[in-house]
Amino acid sequence: MKSITKSIPMIVTLLACFFLLVPIIQSVLAGLTVNYFRGLSSGLTLSWIGKVWALYSGSIFLSIWLALACLACTLVLGVPAAYALARNPGRASRILEEFISLPLAIPGLALALALLQLYGTYQGFRMHWSFILVGHVLYTLPFMVRSVLSVLAAIDLKTLEEGAASLGADPARRFIDIVVPNALPGILAGALTVVTLSIGEFNLTWMLHTPLMKTLPVGLADSYASMRLEVASAYTLVFFVMIVPLLMAMQWASARAQRIMQ
Amino acid sequence: MTLELTNIAKTFPDGTRALLPTDLEIAKGEIVSLLGPSGCGKSTLLRIIAGLEVSDLGARIVFDGEDVTRQPVETRKMGMVFQSYALFPNMSVRGNIGYGLKMQKLPKPEIAARVDEVILLCRLEPFAERAVTALSGGQRQRVALARAMAPRPRVLLLDEPLSSLDAALRGQLRDELAMLLRQFGITAIFVTHDQDEAMAIADRVAVMSQGEVAQIGSPEALYRNPTNGFVARFVGDAMPLEGQIKAGQLHLPSGVLSLPKPADGQEVLVRAEDIHLDPEGPIAARVESVTFLGTHYRIGLAGLGPGLLFALHSGLSAPKPGTDVRLTIVPEALLILPKEVAA
Repeated sequence: MKSITKSIPMIVTLLACFFLLVPIIQSVLAGLTVNYFRGLSSGLTLSWIGKVWALYSGSIFLSIWLALACLACTLVLGVPAAYALARNPGRASRILEEFISLPLAIPGLALALALLQLYGTYQGFRMHWSFILVGHVLYTLPFMVRSVLSVLAAIDLKTLEEGAASLGADPARRFIDIVVPNALPGILAGALTVVTLSIGEFNLTWMLHTPLMKTLPVGLADSYASMRLEVASAYTLVFFVMIVPLLMAMQWASARAQRIMQ
Repeated sequence: MTLELTNIAKTFPDGTRALLPTDLEIAKGEIVSLLGPSGCGKSTLLRIIAGLEVSDLGARIVFDGEDVTRQPVETRKMGMVFQSYALFPNMSVRGNIGYGLKMQKLPKPEIAARVDEVILLCRLEPFAERAVTALSGGQRQRVALARAMAPRPRVLLLDEPLSSLDAALRGQLRDELAMLLRQFGITAIFVTHDQDEAMAIADRVAVMSQGEVAQIGSPEALYRNPTNGFVARFVGDAMPLEGQIKAGQLHLPSGVLSLPKPADGQEVLVRAEDIHLDPEGPIAARVESVTFLGTHYRIGLAGLGPGLLFALHSGLSAPKPGTDVRLTIVPEALLILPKEVAA
């Protein structure tokens, strides 16, 4: 009797995993079968993946490029912002922090519309990849700021900086020698989050993209809408291969940052 | 004169006067302690000297004739040991100690040589390559001192450097720190709330109370000739005797003590080691508590003031609580000081 009550949570968990995994496995298999409607008996093939590569490699590279550019922007904007917020705790900082986090609460759709209204008429900008980048930076910046801020808030930054100052370090040296190295776990966790989110972002990007500027998830939607199911499924597989290692690295880095904060 | 402080004061934005205008002169190689209870302004004074806090207008901080009042902390060339040590967790022991030298842009071999020298002096050889997070409290304290000393600062400032250690270690490190500071021969200012620390380490002690220096002098002078009740209470734990003062006599409820000089309108204090049990003594009291402390007993006595008065008794046995005893206090041991104005 006792063993049954004990195993119920396990059974529920396994059922939930099964429920989530079956469609994924099915989709992956669909991308590898010769003909989905005839099932596995039609044989396995990698040709659909080849087809995806031929059709959408541009999207893959654009997404990687955007993610890296987005990372660079969030590092340059987010780390100093988190530092400024950590050094000046107070009501104004809290309000600013909430303000930076606002894009998390607003649907990507609304954010994209706002961007289109404001900048949509600048044709050169509208057609350029940097237009999507602006959206991605807006959306991912709060994750970088919060991740770095939580690590900085856990160390006695003020006294560490006073220590460095008493040894002759000017403010710029203190930032490079003391602030950045000690914030590194938070920066790493934030960076992986930013890259993962940027590669996977759909809502906002869907609104901002142009036919010549398709990112990975936008391409996925496109392939489901206009290609054979096998091609779209192979695309899903490619997407998984790119995003799952990033996701795992992100989890590892966040757990590490949490540990250091204690 | 190495360091001259003139008219240093600090008023916080909310109007709190943390430090009233204070002057202080510190000679080369002298170790001065700022001693006082928390909130007396001693840390504020130290932080102003370091340049970590800006003093009110009109202050002047002069080092060997060079006015540094307007200089930021990083150019003042002062070493600082923080209460929490503020060691850089991202650097090894060597990295921490060498940081100040790196900021001076010294060539690498010279940095290495000077770091080695300080490591040897502070007996940190076994830990040189370790991460600072892997050190004990006492070792961290030595690294903090070594790091502050390595760039050869003009003055070393120490902000409660022993207070984050546990009691057993504190006593041992206090003597070690005193020895190291003498060895370095450096001018040092040392903030503490612990009178034993101040006495053990400093050449001169400035006792601070409510934002002012109440008295400054050698540990002996402060102990033997306090100029006010606060200093007498804080240094050596003097206790007030409450009775009627009539010219050269103090009338207590249980007897009369003769005073060394007329003391009308003043207060009379006594220290525990000056109260002696004596069957022939002129005053009486009741024993309330007895604590055995190894070398002596600490006896709490009622009937001489508003609270308990403590006497140190070094006999082989002590009277039982509840018994009545007679006491003597030699007139010379009584401290006669102006009455403290209630704060």
